[in-house]
Amino acid sequence: MSTQNSAAHSFNKVMEIIDRYERSETKIIPILQAVQEEYRYLPQEVLTFIATSLGVSPARLYGVATFYSHFSLEPKGKHILKMCDGTACHVRGSSAVIDAIRKRLSLTDKKITTDDMMYTFETVSCLGACGLAPVLVVDDEVHGQITPEEAMAILDKIDAEEKENA
Amino acid sequence: MPNLEQIRERYNDARALCKKRIIVCAGTGCIANGSLKVFEAIKNAIALSGMEVTVSLKSEDPKEHKHHDVYMIGSGCQGFCQVGPLVMIEPNGIMYGHVKPSDAEEIVSRSVAKDEVIERLLYQDPLTGKGYKGPEEIPFYTKQSRTGLKDCGNVDPQNINEYIAHGGYFAARDAFTKYSPEELCKLYQDSGLRGRGGGGFSTGMKWNFARIAEGEKKYVVCNGDEGDPGAFMDRSILEGNPHSVIEGMLIAARAVGADEGYVYVRMEYPLACSRIRKAIKVANEMGILGDDVFGSGQSFHIQVMEGAGAFVCGEETALLSSIEGKRGMPNPKPPFPAQKGLFGKPTVINNVETLALVPIVMQKGPENYRKIGTVKSPGTKTFALTGHVANTGLIEVPFGTTIREIVFEIGGGVLDKDGKINNDAFKAVQIGGPSGGCLTREHLDLPLDFDSLGSIGAMVGSGGMVVMNDSTCMVETARYFMTFTQHESCGKCVPCREGTRQMLEMLEDITKGEATEATLELLEETGRTVKLTSLCGLGKSAPNPVLSTLRYFRDEYEAHVKAKYCPTKNCKALTPISIDPEICVGCTLCKRVCPVGAISGEVKKPHKIDPMICIKCGACISACKFKAIS
Repeated sequence: MSTQNSAAHSFNKVMEIIDRYERSETKIIPILQAVQEEYRYLPQEVLTFIATSLGVSPARLYGVATFYSHFSLEPKGKHILKMCDGTACHVRGSSAVIDAIRKRLSLTDKKITTDDMMYTFETVSCLGACGLAPVLVVDDEVHGQITPEEAMAILDKIDAEEKENA
Repeated sequence: MPNLEQIRERYNDARALCKKRIIVCAGTGCIANGSLKVFEAIKNAIALSGMEVTVSLKSEDPKEHKHHDVYMIGSGCQGFCQVGPLVMIEPNGIMYGHVKPSDAEEIVSRSVAKDEVIERLLYQDPLTGKGYKGPEEIPFYTKQSRTGLKDCGNVDPQNINEYIAHGGYFAARDAFTKYSPEELCKLYQDSGLRGRGGGGFSTGMKWNFARIAEGEKKYVVCNGDEGDPGAFMDRSILEGNPHSVIEGMLIAARAVGADEGYVYVRMEYPLACSRIRKAIKVANEMGILGDDVFGSGQSFHIQVMEGAGAFVCGEETALLSSIEGKRGMPNPKPPFPAQKGLFGKPTVINNVETLALVPIVMQKGPENYRKIGTVKSPGTKTFALTGHVANTGLIEVPFGTTIREIVFEIGGGVLDKDGKINNDAFKAVQIGGPSGGCLTREHLDLPLDFDSLGSIGAMVGSGGMVVMNDSTCMVETARYFMTFTQHESCGKCVPCREGTRQMLEMLEDITKGEATEATLELLEETGRTVKLTSLCGLGKSAPNPVLSTLRYFRDEYEAHVKAKYCPTKNCKALTPISIDPEICVGCTLCKRVCPVGAISGEVKKPHKIDPMICIKCGACISACKFKAIS
């Protein structure tokens, strides 16, 4: 894991989060959620810091962090795409959209973040918007009844915006 | 103690001063379709037209009551997600679908200022093109009996006064002031209410176990970890009528003597999380939740816990581990949570839909509640109707309704592979998600309830109902579900951890054409073993989709392993070898090299391959000089 950011990590924010949850071991999950919200992932040194503060072993914390799919130990890209591959989306053709996005971003089911850290593409099991299947969520915005062509158009738009801002 | 009668009366007085009420659906589905923009556009158009509009009805103080031309609310899910964004206009009973912000002006000038109906925005029957004015006419709604969902999509989820005016919290007050815990448990046992989360266990009996369990401290937990892909009723209820869940929890707390509650919601449902949090805050401020609930001296406080993305946490013991801040792994039962649950204390865990039905059971009374549904499964059940069906969305029907009524009447028919309504294309309904099974044509007239479904190897489960047409490969579907359960298996017990992996590999072999008939036997045996020996519900039900498709679509499996042929052409490795009749000159060479005699045709006429005989050896492909075979 990269250590280049570690100097920049100020643990004040982490301290504040841990205090908000009264340093309670039973609040590990909400603490990790809040920390991930802050850093967009769970840096190793932050995990160790939390473990020490809570008086639990780093292994205990690592166990929780790796059990739940929401937690990421790797940094994520600037734009996060989540494609629903729940039953309803699956039977309505989510696979074709998944294949198209992976191909365009040169990603696989194992490698989910592009090398330039611009995109992270994940599949999720169900977003509960089955009436609109198949569903793609781009940076928390839900797009329903999506086709591979529409997914490409969304990526084109983000690419264009990024170019403009660059 | 809040004066419910007064709140209701004042709300109704304030409402009576509003000429029209516009309800814009603000559930996840409609928001994704742009309903919030539609809301703003209509609001602005009303203001521009010179009419007076309010989006927050002040009802508490009679001095603040005033006349409004229009009272607008954003509601929770109205169920008919496919047609969203939905806009309802009361008292006219008009429902518009697929509304765009650009329609706002016309809606205001014609249907708000006047009472005209805009034909083009009405729901139109996809077959006949006939327009329907509103829920009182649209078949999707008229064939349902919405009880648990009645107020979901009709009340403002953020306005507790509106919930109270619709009769909310009266049942909870009765529970705390008129009933003893013992009487409450008996009332719910008598009502026959069964848990809607999957198992179908008697709610009253569950409460009674927790009631008689020894201990000062007890918990009520609401299971909102709705992980089954294809089910979204819990999300819709939490978004659309969060107070009904709080009221259900209050009644449960009274029945068992609990003073603390948790609502565990999936983090994939951000809107549900924020709505329930807000509802709890408001209920606290009003004194409905707190240290002295309805003057009973009993306290009850609720916290919200967001899940972190683990399907197994829908299993009750795993969910409790997760609230305790641990890896969400299940524990053996007994002890049951009612005896030894959260932090080792007696705990009642009910699913969202069950809790939302709890106040309704008391309002109706146990005898009346029993009159709906079937003898052993009273009441209604919400299903998420999705897949290859014309009308997708959230529906609620009495137990005992048949698949035929649900798919062909409420659902409006099956969509074939070209997206056209064609009921002959019906193949199966997968019910209960990755834990459930499939229902076929022969089950179309089976009255659905907990027991009838169990008897044919399926389950009500969470109520996900995915319709599949004849272009769906059942082997591939089983493989899909197994991929899901294998991925979500927590790894604690061997049968589930290893068994699901083995089953998945066998299914992959089948879809790749690398399996034999022996694989089917082994798959079935492994499935039965995993089902019998797994620790928790996830493993116990994981083989269901496989066993059920093996039972009803064995010929399809056999085509995959014997003829190496996928009848629906979904499995790429098993798409049959075929001869292009445009290129074939009828030289008969392929026919002669075929070792199994699968090729037929006359000289100088295009030849054909019988996929059921073909073993895909490829001899014909290399023999053909015209590259007509692929």
